[in-house]
Amino acid sequence: MAVVDYQTEPRPAEIASGDLNINDFAIIVATPNGSGSQTANNTLLRAFFNMGIPVTGKNLFPSNIKGLPTWYSIRLSKDGYQARRHKKDILVAMNPATAQDDLKDLEPGGVCLYPNDSRMELARTDITYYPMPVKELVKNSGVGVDLRDYIANMVYVGVLAHLLGIEIAQIESALSKHFKGKAKAIQVNMGVVNAAVEWSQANLQTPCQFRCEPMAQTAGKLMLDGNTAAALGAVFGGVTVAAWYPITPSTSVIDGLNDYLPRLRMDPETGQPNYAVIQAEDELAAIGMVLGAGWAGARAMTSTSGPGLSLMAEFAGFSYFAEVPAVIWDVMRMGPSTGMPTRTSQGDILSAYFLSHGDTQQVCLLPGSVIECFEFGYLAFDFAERLQTLIIVLSDLDLGMNQWMSDTFEYPEQPLDRGKVLHAEDLKQIESWGRYRDVDGDGIAYRTLPGTNHPNAAYFTRGSGHNADAKYTERSDEWMENLDRLAKKFQTARTILPKPLEMNHENATAGLISYGSNDPAVIEALDRLREQKVNVAYQRIRALPFAAEVGDFLAKYERVYVVENNYNGQMAQLLRMEYPAYAARVVALANCDGLPLTARWITEAVVEQEG
Amino acid sequence: MATTKAPVAKPKINLLGFEQAEYKGGPSTLCPGCGHDSISSRIVSVCFELGIQPYQMAKFSGIGCSSKTPAYFLGRSHGFNSVHGRMPSVATGALVANRNLVGLAVSGDGDTGSIGLGQFKHMVRRNVPMIYIIENNGVYGLTKGQFSATADIGQKLKYAGLNELPPIDLCTEAIIGGCTFVARSFAGDPKQVEALLKAAFSHRGMAVIDIISPCVTFNNNEDSTKSYAYGKEHEERLHDMTFVPAREEITVDYAEGEVKPVTMHDGSTVILKKLENAYDPTNRLEALTRLEEARANQEFITGLIYVKPEGAPTIHDMVHMTDQPLTQLPDSKLRPSREALTSVLQDLL
Repeated sequence: MAVVDYQTEPRPAEIASGDLNINDFAIIVATPNGSGSQTANNTLLRAFFNMGIPVTGKNLFPSNIKGLPTWYSIRLSKDGYQARRHKKDILVAMNPATAQDDLKDLEPGGVCLYPNDSRMELARTDITYYPMPVKELVKNSGVGVDLRDYIANMVYVGVLAHLLGIEIAQIESALSKHFKGKAKAIQVNMGVVNAAVEWSQANLQTPCQFRCEPMAQTAGKLMLDGNTAAALGAVFGGVTVAAWYPITPSTSVIDGLNDYLPRLRMDPETGQPNYAVIQAEDELAAIGMVLGAGWAGARAMTSTSGPGLSLMAEFAGFSYFAEVPAVIWDVMRMGPSTGMPTRTSQGDILSAYFLSHGDTQQVCLLPGSVIECFEFGYLAFDFAERLQTLIIVLSDLDLGMNQWMSDTFEYPEQPLDRGKVLHAEDLKQIESWGRYRDVDGDGIAYRTLPGTNHPNAAYFTRGSGHNADAKYTERSDEWMENLDRLAKKFQTARTILPKPLEMNHENATAGLISYGSNDPAVIEALDRLREQKVNVAYQRIRALPFAAEVGDFLAKYERVYVVENNYNGQMAQLLRMEYPAYAARVVALANCDGLPLTARWITEAVVEQEG
Repeated sequence: MATTKAPVAKPKINLLGFEQAEYKGGPSTLCPGCGHDSISSRIVSVCFELGIQPYQMAKFSGIGCSSKTPAYFLGRSHGFNSVHGRMPSVATGALVANRNLVGLAVSGDGDTGSIGLGQFKHMVRRNVPMIYIIENNGVYGLTKGQFSATADIGQKLKYAGLNELPPIDLCTEAIIGGCTFVARSFAGDPKQVEALLKAAFSHRGMAVIDIISPCVTFNNNEDSTKSYAYGKEHEERLHDMTFVPAREEITVDYAEGEVKPVTMHDGSTVILKKLENAYDPTNRLEALTRLEEARANQEFITGLIYVKPEGAPTIHDMVHMTDQPLTQLPDSKLRPSREALTSVLQDLL
């Protein structure tokens, strides 16, 4: 295993000359953080997408501004699978610091591109290596020294274009989109791409077994991340107050609001914003502002991640007991503190569900796709106002920050549900009202908003110790009555929240429950399992508290695998707790390594038990 | 001499046609003689006199004896008794959501100076337009007598022993944070409390009034600077105040330098009869200096310590929000059109 310097010819590895792999492979680009690879990676992703090939992009990045290793993986899947691939086929090794480990993660017969001056140890013999003259090509491009590091990454775009057969016009179109049509930037980057293509044509004669060919699978599809979809959903849900504190991986929810709100929600009469986005001093203040605004009648939200959610706990309980509408987008990540904050996890299920002190049980939504991020973006407000309580939307870093191909979003057909609010005209019609009276028998009382022009509109909001008329009480019977009504309201919630979705199989011998961003890996795993004659039915939970259908599903199968991306199997625990009769059926399949689940892991875990 | 119109008997109904009873709240559950109850009475009487529309008012508080009081005044106004030290954020959210609400907050020295100091200062920074009253007694009452952050250094209490920490001056904090209306008063000086409250209602921006309000149960000893006896004996008014609403004519007759009229943002006037030579409450640096002197000399100064008469841009200006309260926007303004969705999705194709 020699260290090869300045090798200009490819070193064909001893690989079996198998069939060409067309549109079904994964690329991983390893770079040092802050080296400007985002443009190159987005360009590749977008170019494949433009060619009609189903594709997803995942950014694995450190909690760091410059220098630490970062990876971007792009998966092409003619079958439309979107989950993370366990191993990759093509490595672009731009980071010498991780190159040896990265090489280990290649499938046999894979391909490795690397800068020819990187003193890379070509440790595997079952890989085809393509050294790239990055420095020379960049130097020859005539780009100023200050920009060279940034555009160096376009070299691998050009080399890959040659090796894989990416259409140059699609690369140009992708760059045009990325730079929003700025001619100079497009021209500079295309210059490097073209130079790399020309060099490859002249120097890389060995055909690559990975090829991309145009398909027609992306027409009409969207390419975006879940946080952007959530923001768009919130905008169409009429968000008027968003208070927040920066925290990865939720910040881009607010970035999305700051992008879409000025475009879509300026008041037609005054030309002024009909919304307010406020960066708070911390998460305590962010959720406090949300509660104040929700109490006043605004559609208010915040977005955060685990550490912020912890800080919001006290107000979450206040929302629950005083019945103040509020929405938290919790984009889950590994916790706590510094170290793994930029790695994905679904570790907040239990803490979110039971967030706060006292007997709180919070309503949670579990979006499993970017479409659901959009839908739950507006539905969360409907549920918050209908149920007069906090709604926690549990997304995660993988869903929220990575690029997903999606069907287009449908315009919301149902009007906004503003819930049970008594206005001045309503108050004129009724003799009396009580803020916490259960008039309709669904546990949901009527509220009034401050500023309502009626002498009987006002009531006094406090956390605990209120009777049905919102008067101060420390009487056990009055408080018990209130708790019983809250419990009834929670039962009402079960009936109106998004139902679980099911994929049944007539010969299923077991069930599988999952949620959130695990969905693509589960879908793919089900296909792999079927090939191995292991048939499982699948139910994806979309909300807490559980709908009745969850119990029905557990009743059907003697073994139900609960697949999730955390260490303790939190959803499995919740299922065992809520359905003690079926507790023994629940088999936790939990994995928590900071990465999105893969179909391979799920398949192997299920086969180990079922096979 | 400064004079306004000849005083007349208080009318039974105000400009809005409301009796004072319409501004009252529920019965207080605080200790008899508590300074806080006196402040609640001042709020009732000022809101009645000024003819504030109670349905448009919103009351906010955190946790503590003081924070219970919004239940004891303005029963026709919505109230939000929130969590400890976090009332500023709740009030900010509500007043951003509905910019037409008239906000009045009551907090305590623990709620503002200890657990809530961060939110307090950030609220000041954001200049949320509302009145923020601190009922300051230097002690935690509901938990039976611990020192708060405004307690005097060297003070002794039965429960808490000796306080070895220096006090935080909430007026100083407010001025440094950028507040444009900062006052200190004494619950035992109802006339001044009322005048300050009236002026505060006319201010454009956040108005902070730190009112020393003795705790008759835990901190009313003679040696406490937060006691009735100490306040009565040591209160040094910077000026005598008279508030003249914009709708009333001012007839001032004063010797040069004796009276300073301050015209507020809404056209009303605060007439300050100088008691302390040359004190100018519109000078921020002078205000800070005077507070520091008072601290060093253990003086209990009261009055309008700092005011920027024209006020300052509020959070409503900073977020450039539309005139219509966000809570009153029709659904048609909340949900963009079908075409708008199609248009933004084009970019994501």
